[in-house]
Amino acid sequence: MAKITAGVTTSHVPAIAATIDLKKQALPYWAPIFKGFEESKKWMAEHKPDVCILIYNDHASAFDATIFPTFAIGCADEFLPADEGWGRRPVPTVKGHPDLACHIAQKMILDEFDMTVVNKMDVDHGLTVPLNLLFGDLGPNDEWPCKIIPFPINVVQYPPPTGKRCYNMGQALRRAIESYPEDLKVVVFGTGGMSHQLQGTRAGLINKEWDTRFLNGLTQDPVALTKIPHSEYVRETGSEGIEMVMWLAMRGALNENVKEVRRFYHVPCSNTALGHIILENV
Amino acid sequence: MSEPKLTAYLDEFEDIPGTLIFNTQRSRQGFNLNQFCMSLMKDENRKAFKANEAEYLKSWNLTEAQLKAVLTRDWTGMMKEGGNIYFLAKLFSTDGHSFQHVAAIMTGSTQEEYAQMMLEGGRNPKGNRSKSNPSL
Repeated sequence: MAKITAGVTTSHVPAIAATIDLKKQALPYWAPIFKGFEESKKWMAEHKPDVCILIYNDHASAFDATIFPTFAIGCADEFLPADEGWGRRPVPTVKGHPDLACHIAQKMILDEFDMTVVNKMDVDHGLTVPLNLLFGDLGPNDEWPCKIIPFPINVVQYPPPTGKRCYNMGQALRRAIESYPEDLKVVVFGTGGMSHQLQGTRAGLINKEWDTRFLNGLTQDPVALTKIPHSEYVRETGSEGIEMVMWLAMRGALNENVKEVRRFYHVPCSNTALGHIILENV
Repeated sequence: MSEPKLTAYLDEFEDIPGTLIFNTQRSRQGFNLNQFCMSLMKDENRKAFKANEAEYLKSWNLTEAQLKAVLTRDWTGMMKEGGNIYFLAKLFSTDGHSFQHVAAIMTGSTQEEYAQMMLEGGRNPKGNRSKSNPSL
């Protein structure tokens, strides 16, 4: 039986991608950010998942303005890094797990979460930056050390799903994974956030106090976080802080009781408060 | 969040200063503009656009206001005309600019001033939460 062993959250700031691709990680601005993930990379190397389900949002890369799927799952054999305006990132092609992905999609639909099945798509920085942060700086001829199932959630066009809906969706994702017959070790990622606003005169908003409460709640009392309305995310953490609903999707897939084994918070990462946490199922 | 009334849901965002929420109406309004931006994900299109912007834009059926905002790189203007930041990112990436460069322009500061504000912990939410209650 497949089993979820841990959850990982991290911001997926595009400037991290540019920094890795231009090999500028040692610059004083960036060094503390990459250092913050050193222990996490060790944890991941020791943890050795067979599959990662990576919950992120597509930033108008795979999906253009013609369609905004709320919950989607990548069922293809592989996914190329997207060209977001400056060429494809020099990172490994993402290898999927079509059999598990198809199983999850079908189980979740029958469980009343109506997934959009995606049989072909490119994956943008929202997916490749978290892989770099947890698996390291691999090149296009390398391979990511495990299978990755991309799981995009719409947070671009409003309304995105509520935090509560994402949390419940995570619970359905868990039921689907645990009904897969093969013994697989699965880690679920929830990415994006934390406080940041990329637009208008309020750009650059950071709310460390709110972010810290959210990090504490994620470990200790996620159900309380599911009651936060969208307007509070935007008012308190900026228009792009809404991405944190995807962290609740990850949290819904874990046990009620979890052990927080890693936490990192850093301001600034470009326009963003970078947050990262690793939770193990106990 | 139990079944919020749609009007109340949308109105709450209008009270937040300096913020445009990309809802389904704005998505309709900005469709052609955003699709033009998406076309810049292909290198041959970037080259054609850079060679003659006005000519390239002819086939995208933009409104006068959208056209003017694109040609003058008026980022706030593009957002008011239905542009979304993740679509506009394809345009500023084509120009060789970062999210931080464009964010600084939208706040009316230089990139150096903006970067310094971020280094000092970012923009404080206090006074930036509500148009109707600026003391929050």
